[in-house]
Formats: sequence, C-alpha cells, structure tokens
Amino acid sequence: MEERDRYRGDAGADDAGVDGDAKEEKEETVGTTYDQARWTDDGAYEPLLAEKDQTEVSVGGDDSPLPDDLTRDSLELPALSEPELARHYARLSEMNYGVDSGPFPLGSCTMKYNPKFTEELAAHPAAAVHPDRPDESLQGLLRVAAELQDYLGRIGGMDAVTLQPPAGAAGEFTGIHIAKAYHEHNGDHRTEVVIPDSAHGTNFATAAMAGFDVVELPSAEDGRVDVEALEAAVGDDTAALMLTNPNTLGLFERDIEAIADIVHDAGGLLYYDGANLNALLGRARPGDMGFDVMHYNVHKTFATPHGGGGPGAGPVGVVDELAPFLPTPHVRETDGEAGYERYEPARSIGKVHGFEGNWLVLLKTCAYIARLGDEGLADASAKAVLNANYLAERIDLDVPYGPFHHEFVASAGDRDAADFAKRMLDYGVHPPTTKWPEIVDEALMTEPTEAESKDFLDDLAAAFNTVASEGDSALDAAPERTAARRIDQVEAAREPRLSWHALEEE
Amino acid sequence: MTRKTRGSPYAPHTAADTAAMLDAVGAADEEALFDIPEAVRFDGEFEIAARDERTVGRELERALGRSDDLTEFLGRGHYAHYVPALVDDLASRQEFLTSYTQYQPEVAQGFLQALFEYQSLLVELTGLAVANCSMYDAATALGEAATLSQRVRSVSGDRVLVPENLREGKRAVLERYADGPDLAVDTYPTAEGTADIDGLADAVDDETAMVYAETPTVVGAIEESLGEIGAVADAHDALFVVGSDPVAMALLERPADAGADVVVGEASSLGLGAAGGMGMGLFVTREEYLRQVPGRLVGASEDRTGRRAFTLTLQTREQHIRKERATSNICTNQAWLALRAAIHAATLGPDGLVDLAEDCVRLATDLADRLDDVDGLQAPVHDRHHFREFQARTDQPAAAVASDLEREGFAVHVVGEHRIQVCVTDATEPAVDGFVAAMREVA
Repeated sequence: MEERDRYRGDAGADDAGVDGDAKEEKEETVGTTYDQARWTDDGAYEPLLAEKDQTEVSVGGDDSPLPDDLTRDSLELPALSEPELARHYARLSEMNYGVDSGPFPLGSCTMKYNPKFTEELAAHPAAAVHPDRPDESLQGLLRVAAELQDYLGRIGGMDAVTLQPPAGAAGEFTGIHIAKAYHEHNGDHRTEVVIPDSAHGTNFATAAMAGFDVVELPSAEDGRVDVEALEAAVGDDTAALMLTNPNTLGLFERDIEAIADIVHDAGGLLYYDGANLNALLGRARPGDMGFDVMHYNVHKTFATPHGGGGPGAGPVGVVDELAPFLPTPHVRETDGEAGYERYEPARSIGKVHGFEGNWLVLLKTCAYIARLGDEGLADASAKAVLNANYLAERIDLDVPYGPFHHEFVASAGDRDAADFAKRMLDYGVHPPTTKWPEIVDEALMTEPTEAESKDFLDDLAAAFNTVASEGDSALDAAPERTAARRIDQVEAAREPRLSWHALEEE
Repeated sequence: MTRKTRGSPYAPHTAADTAAMLDAVGAADEEALFDIPEAVRFDGEFEIAARDERTVGRELERALGRSDDLTEFLGRGHYAHYVPALVDDLASRQEFLTSYTQYQPEVAQGFLQALFEYQSLLVELTGLAVANCSMYDAATALGEAATLSQRVRSVSGDRVLVPENLREGKRAVLERYADGPDLAVDTYPTAEGTADIDGLADAVDDETAMVYAETPTVVGAIEESLGEIGAVADAHDALFVVGSDPVAMALLERPADAGADVVVGEASSLGLGAAGGMGMGLFVTREEYLRQVPGRLVGASEDRTGRRAFTLTLQTREQHIRKERATSNICTNQAWLALRAAIHAATLGPDGLVDLAEDCVRLATDLADRLDDVDGLQAPVHDRHHFREFQARTDQPAAAVASDLEREGFAVHVVGEHRIQVCVTDATEPAVDGFVAAMREVA
C-alpha cells in the first residue's frame, strides 16, 4: 500500500502528501501539461553524429577498382556502432512531437491520425517493385493504381485521375500545366491565373512557375470570393481561377455556381485546390461544383503520414475534355482481357515526376479509402466539421468568420499569435497555424480534424483559454517545457550555418 | 456509451459525445453544420464499401501479388541496395513518421537535427556548402536546377544543355519545368556512354544557361571528363550541374573538385530500395546561390538558454512567405526519406559507404565479364568503367531475351532492338549466379 502511494505522488496531491513546492505547481497548472524529453550536453542538446565521431577514410589507392583520377581522395563521416545509432535516433525522436503525441490542430495541414495497417501494406515485398517492367509483369501495381484512380474520380466527381504528382504543390503544377496545354491546343494564348488573396502560397508560386502572371483577388467582406471583383478580374487573358473550397477561413463559397459561370464564360478553367477536401467528403464534389481540374492532398484527406515534410502525393483529377492532357503514363483497364496497362494520353503534357510518383504513399491512400468506404469518409468529414465547431465554441477567442467547416480562424486579439502559439506548446498540444490567413488579425488557424475525441478537444480548448488568460510575461517566456526553448530565428537567417562543416568553421 | 460500429474507425466519438457536442454548438445534427447550397450538394454514393482492416489488407496483398515475383536487375535511376533493419525501426517511430514540417522548431528538434545531419552528409559528399532537405526526385531536382539558372545573376541565356542519352523520363520532367520560364532544352552528343567533349564544345554557346552531366551516366558509365565539362560550362558563364547519387559520390571524384555549381540526383539509393519509382531528390549548391535555393533548409541557431538549436531558415525564399516570387512552389518534399537515407548512411559509416560504392564497380565489372562469356551476349557495350549497371548487346532480339528471362524469374531493361541494360547491387548479388545461368539458357 505504501509502495503504491509513493507512485501516486503527482496524481493525487492530497493523498500522497507531496511537498509544498510541488503542490504549488500543481495548483498553477490547468488541464494537461507536457514536458518534452530534453537531452542536453554542454552547450547543445543531443550532440550531432559528427560530434560523437568523425572518421576520415582515404579513397582510391592500390585496392581501388578505379584509377585515382576518377576517385575522391577521402571521405570523413561518423563511424558509430548500431547501438550508438539506435540511441542517437531514439533520443532525437523523443525530442519530436507527432500526431500520436497529442492534438496537432495546424489549420490547412489536416494532421489526423495515420492508421498503422497501411504502413504494413506499404512494406509488403510485393510492393517493392521497379517501375521499368513490362505491364504484364506489373499487374499488381497497375491494378492498385487503377483502383485508386477510380476511387478518387468518384470522390472528387472527376472523369479521369493521374497519380503521378508527388505532392500537393506538384499537383497544382500539373493541373495548371494541363490548363495551359488545353488553351494552347485551342490556339488560345492566355497569360493570367486568378487567385484569391486568402489562397495557399503554393497557388501563387505554381502559377508563376508555369509562366503565368498572377492576378490576386481581394476577398469580400464576408471572407468569400468577391463576385463583382471576380467579374472585373477575369477576361480573355484568364487561363484559370484557382480556388480552395471551403476556403482557408473554413467558409464554403456559396456563390460557387456563379463563380464557375463567370470563369467559364470568360473561357477560363476552374481549378480546385484539394487542401480542404476533408471537409466535404460525401457532401459535395468539386466536379459537381463546376471545377474542371483539381488536386487531392492524400495526406490531408486520406491520412497518409506527413513524415515531417513528405513524401506526400498530389493526384490530379480532370473532366473528360482535359483527360487527353494528363501526364504520361496513365493507367487504364485493357480492352477485352482482364488486365491493366500504361499508355500515353493523346495530348499529354509529358511528365511531372521521373517515374510514376510516390507509389508507396498512393498504396496507403488506396488502403485508407477502402477501409473507410462511403460511410467512413462521410463520417470523417462530419466529425472534422463537428470538432472544429465544438472547439471554436469552447475557446474564449474571437472567431470573426463563419459558418466554418473543418477549420476556423481565431484571432489572438491584442496578443502576438506567434507568442500565443509558443505558450500553447507547454500545454501538451501543438498550436494552430499562426498569422495566416492575413484577413484575420493575429490569426490562429485551427483544424482539429476528426481524430480528436471530445476529451482531447476539451484539453485543447483549455490550452487556448489558459494561454488567453495568462500575462504577457508567460507568453514571452514560452515555451518552457519543450526540448528547446524559444529559438532565435533572426540569428539563424543572418548567419546561415547549414551543416556540421559550417559549425566546425567557427 | 458503446463505441460506434459505423463511420470512420479513426474518429473516436461515442454517440453520447456526438450528442453532447452537437448540443454545445446548438446544431440539430451533423448535416446542419454544412453550409452547402442545395444545388451543389452531393446526394449520390461513391459506392465504395467499407471493409475491416484484415479484409483490406488481404485484398490489397492479393492485388499486389498479381505482379510477377521477379529478381530485378534493374536500375536506370531507381536503385535498390540492402536497407538495414535499423532504418525501418527508427524511421517508423511515430514521433518521426507522423510529425509535420517543423514550423514549431522547439518541439521538433529531433527531426530538424536529423535533417541537418542529412544536409551535412551531402555537403561532405559533394564538397558544396548548401544542401536542402530534399526535392521529390532526381528529375524534379534537375528541373529546379534549370530554373535556378535563370535566377543567378552571373548566368545569362535560356538554353539548357543535357546529354543526348538522358533518361527519357528525366528529360520529360525537365521540359515541363523549362516550359514556364521558356527555356530551350537541347542536347550534346555522347561517346561510349559519356560526354563527347568536342561535341559539347560545338553545342554550347553564349545563350547556354546550364550544362548538365551525370556520373555515373544513365548507362552506368563513370564520366571521365567531368572537370573538362565544367570548364566548358564555365567558359560560357553557364551553370554546371552534375547528376549523381550519394553512394556513387562516396567513391567518385567530388563534384566540387570538377567545378560543379549544383549537384542533383537520386538520394533514395540510400534508405529506400525499389519503391515503384518513388524517390528522393538531392539538391546541393554553392554558398553564393544560397538565397536562390528551392525547398527547405535547416540551420543552426541558439535558443534562450544559449544552447545550440535547429530551425528551418531562410524561409523568405519559400512559397508560404514569398508567394509568386518564391524560388519554387515546393512545400511538402521527401523529408522522411531524407531521414531514412541519413540513418542508412550512418549505419554504413565512411568505410561501409566507400566499400558499398566499390562493390558497385566490382559487381558491375564482374557481371559484365561473365555475361560477355555467354554465347549471344557482348558486354559491356561502352568502353568505360561502370557503376552498378552496364549495357549488353544481344544476338537475339533483346525483347525476346528479356521475355525469356522473365520466365526464369529475372528482369532486365530492354533499351534497344539488340540491347539490354543490367544493374547489379549488394541487394541482387546473391542472385547473380542464377542470373548468369539463366542468361546462358536464353541468350
């Protein structure tokens, strides 16, 4: 009994008779707190591999299979044993926050739970194939690809889908090039892409990369597309309008039919940025709204892990009229006999990936969709939207725009949103996306996703509210419980040190 | 309060939770939360049946099993080396796998440090100062290098020169990236699988903004005139871009010593293996082009305690800050594969990495010798040192040889009417005897 009490120390303060300091700390905190693991060594956290060992080996010489003029002289890298490496990376992982660690409500990033069984499938030996094999010997890969193309077409209301783009931004690049090729094929030289000011930065960058001039469209007062401004902005030069729906404020573009008509009447195409598709599954489809081309973010909508920055995949769906422009190769069922083949669409834009995209990520996507089916997909959206609404209801911050769907943008008011976010880190949650979209002052763009339970949403709300109630000094000092304390961004950029070689030069 | 049996298995709500939450927001039901005009509401079905985990697993495994189980002597830009178990185990930790881009560096020191170490690995291999956290693959990295040439002040012109034997897929991607900035992609001739220096000198002019060369080249030949190619590029104020991979660079002449301005290539030769063409592009360049680099960069800084800490840096180059004036539209890259490559390289260490690279030369040389002894085959086609792969002439039509080989359980590339390409690594080394025996049967 005594033994058990000792371990109950911080769980039940009264019973366990903890000392005064600990009790005081207990009373100060609200809800969940978080102490991230922190390995330190002198002036640094976990030392770099190169600080643990540097071994220089000479290259070439008598035993080399190559003459010396074709080889380098030496190579200097860490030479560590497997146990040392296992510990190195295990410690690094402990100093990293993932979706399984706690809520991760980054707006527009859709950090939802990543099922584990899809990882097992992606590791299946039959998935580890080289793409340069005849179609007849790759029927497994092609079948899964065809199935996923079909699933995505149904979900987006699109007639044909390519799986080649290796990320959402690459999907945009593909879609905008398809639009460009389509207009060129029609002898129509169009130079502009219209993008609302609330759009993701990738939209602007993509249009510019494809050689278009960007026309930025100001939002209307209600946070949606200003239809009159759109009418004024589109014309003979308009190649496409890129639109996210619901937009980054979580608002559905109620005038989507009028918007589609305006763009189509001007001869332009309507591009759907799939970043927020997780809000609409089973309730509305881009194809039915008048969109001609779209990309899907498989991480955001179909739960493939983000991996700290990829790999993702950004399949692109198009209407029939644009199908001939899809990248090569495209997969289809063969005529007659049951099987699948790759072919080059008639007016293909060529390629956007050296091979056929991020295959293992696509495989996980297919598995997720099959697991959920109609009911699960619709429920995912319902719960994502319910969670956002519930969370917004529970927090003491102004949410100026609505009705929103899977995400909302709260304002930190007279607080700095970045400081606000840093303090949230101390309460066991990842903060929202900050200071964007700019239409909301000190924006906290929040997307809890369907994967958070009511209890976790309450924790998350408590984190928001506690931070909102704290003084400036608490926010300035934050974060305190994370592996590293507030990091100097200015210093990092002023004197870039981007390798251990650069550190050694100091 | 029972767990629900329908809907998403990854949404934790009980019926009571849902009811309480709806009550809190004042909505009658979930549908009331959707602000979608009637005219664009979707009333249909996807007609995708929900299945349990085991069923989906079984179905997809069965589907994947329709691909023939072949031992792949395949390469041409997509390489498989043995990946140690440690890589899978560590990279699969949820803190790495399920994390996001490191916008909050204070809770993401682990991944940032791993990426910093990945960047350092590439700096050591190339001899150039600035490596980014990854591009999608070698082909898109090459495309990005071409656009970089247009942002570098010392470079003028709008022609991009690539070897005539550049792999078709890579060339097609480059053409797509070249389309926006209106660059012309032209070729220079090759001899014995590597650059024809005289032909290159004829092809280059003052409108040339970039000269691209690979080592090893697409046919597995090690480029012997890398420095001369660099000199030609330099003489015309063109960017010199070298394509390689981390295993090859552990052994071959450092690109920086040959005058490379940018190194691109496929880094998934470490840490991944055959993955249906999924790869990871490396992008390394000189310090002077730092502010023109596409993609993510991790830098060292300090935190409030004065300890060294890592963070994404120079983000004003990137799309989320600079929008249409960004250096690239890239956002999500292949970060987790960079982590895997870094762990794989660390397990090898410098000795192991150089040994692996030397094996790539020995294995290719030995296998070419053995195939050359087979009646009906001559190998290698190119009179060069080879790395991992080489081409062979077949007396029989190459397609027939390859097709017969498949029946014996092996895959090779068919690259001409009477020409195949064969790639061998530590991963396929144990199958070499069987492969040679099969070749004796079919060639």
